[in-house]
Amino acid sequence: MFPASFEYVRAHSSDEAFAHLQQHGSDARVLAGGQSLIPAMRYRLARPAVLVDINPIKEFSYLREENGFLVIGATTRDAQLEFAPFIKDRYSLITAVSAVVADPIVRHMGTVVGSICHNDPAGDWTATALAMRAVMVVRGPNGTRQVPIDQFLVDSYTTAVNEGEMALEVRIPIPDAHTQGSYQKIERKVGDYATCAAAVQLAMNADGTIRQAGIAITASGPIAMRVAAAESMLVGQRPTLELLKAAAAEAPKIASPNADQRGSSEYKKDMTRVLVGRGLKQALERLGVTA
Amino acid sequence: MNEVNVSMKINGKTVTGSVESRVLLAHFIREQGGLTGTHVGCDSSSCGVCTVLLDGYTPVKSCTMYAVMADGHEITTVESLAVGGKLHPMQQAFWDQHGLQCGYCTPGMMLSSIALLKQNPNPTEHEIREGLSGNLCRCTGYNNIVKAVQQAAQVMNQPELAAAADD
Ligand SMILES: Cc1cc2nc3c(=O)[nH]c(=O)nc-3n(C[C@H](O)[C@H](O)[C@H](O)COP(=O)(O)OP(=O)(O)OC[C@H]3O[C@@H](n4cnc5c(N)ncnc54)[C@H](O)[C@@H]3O)c2cc1C
Ligand code: FES
Ligand code: FES
Repeated sequence: MFPASFEYVRAHSSDEAFAHLQQHGSDARVLAGGQSLIPAMRYRLARPAVLVDINPIKEFSYLREENGFLVIGATTRDAQLEFAPFIKDRYSLITAVSAVVADPIVRHMGTVVGSICHNDPAGDWTATALAMRAVMVVRGPNGTRQVPIDQFLVDSYTTAVNEGEMALEVRIPIPDAHTQGSYQKIERKVGDYATCAAAVQLAMNADGTIRQAGIAITASGPIAMRVAAAESMLVGQRPTLELLKAAAAEAPKIASPNADQRGSSEYKKDMTRVLVGRGLKQALERLGVTA
Repeated sequence: MNEVNVSMKINGKTVTGSVESRVLLAHFIREQGGLTGTHVGCDSSSCGVCTVLLDGYTPVKSCTMYAVMADGHEITTVESLAVGGKLHPMQQAFWDQHGLQCGYCTPGMMLSSIALLKQNPNPTEHEIREGLSGNLCRCTGYNNIVKAVQQAAQVMNQPELAAAADD
């Protein structure tokens, strides 16, 4: 189907984009990679009156390490992460997720920031951002502000970005040499959203105890969710198989997946347990730790 | 009506038109460009038959981009592959290896394959299957497509192979 008619405005700078968004308020939407917004407009699930295209903004396309953070700009494509050698070397969770988000063609347009702003209930980047404790940078009328990912993700398709505002970048703490992650996703076929998925990242202390744990599940409720109980169960402990099992068992307690053609609610709930368990094991394997 | 002037280079030729902002790139290529090799196969951005190359070798789904987003950019479609009646090594390989049956997926499949080889000139079979996983084919069962990409990779890495085949 054709989308409803809309006014197209092209922004060449952050200031220009922001001015358009302020002017049009709730009528306007940011157009990033368009890989969620354009399908939604074609289905007429979304009919924004104005689209502010940020793709021409050269200063928005970057992927760099800065002050302890990996910083990803608003027009940086998934494929840029997938093919950056330094990501492959040091970011195991991002490497894993960037190979399973959507399909290879979509990843050439789709952006990480756009995906987090879209906040799809089955988003892969939102779960990853939770596990890695990302921070979003939002531009508003009073300047820019940093919003931790837990506060940024408000509800399905709803974030801390208010009317007339936009997200500028996502900042992800750089994992050190004793940090590894894993992304576990069940999908019916390439390019389908997850039936269920789990993002895991573990950081170890020199004494063999777990220093930090990041665990999130997606396609398991209205938005991707942190499994906080599992995280706190692990921190400070030496990993054992029983401990991993107990941590994984926390995931289904917070999951409320909808039954659909991908599976029943019971099945998906149990998969959160299975996938968190697998993710923990793989992260430890990558750390060279045997549980 | 929200009309916009759109101008882009398609296969090196400038194509200009005044279209509604909601016109998708696929339709602009077909209707303003008169190039019907770019197909549209689904309404859900999932089949990849509409794939074209943007500014060199970036594969994009032309059904999931507004034409106006490509204003000032360069687009490559399947029509540009054969030069002077001589098939591109990718086309020759699809021919030789029976990489197509109905042919509906083939333009997108070949353009994705060309982008893949640009990124990774010597892909393994697994990498080819992963790299083409955004392009659906309902006919071939994919095996011959993979063989075609393997042949094309070989020829494109060693152009003298193609020259020898012509003799
Ligand atoms: C076939 C297909 C399969 C897919 N499969 C998956 C999948 O398996 N997993 C997955 O996670 N995703 C999947 N996606 C979605 C894809 O990853 C999208 O690219 C992504 O969700 C949105 O990124 P985008 O840059 O395309 O954003 P857009 O579509 O341009 O925007 C999405 C929303 O975010 C808003 N927005 C974007 N950028 C900003 C900003 N800087 N500030 C404020 N608001 C902003 C827009 O206004 C819009 O509401 C799939 C898409 C397709 C077409
Ligand atoms: S027509 Fe199916 S993805 Fe574009
Ligand atoms: S050859 Fe018919 S769909 Fe691929």
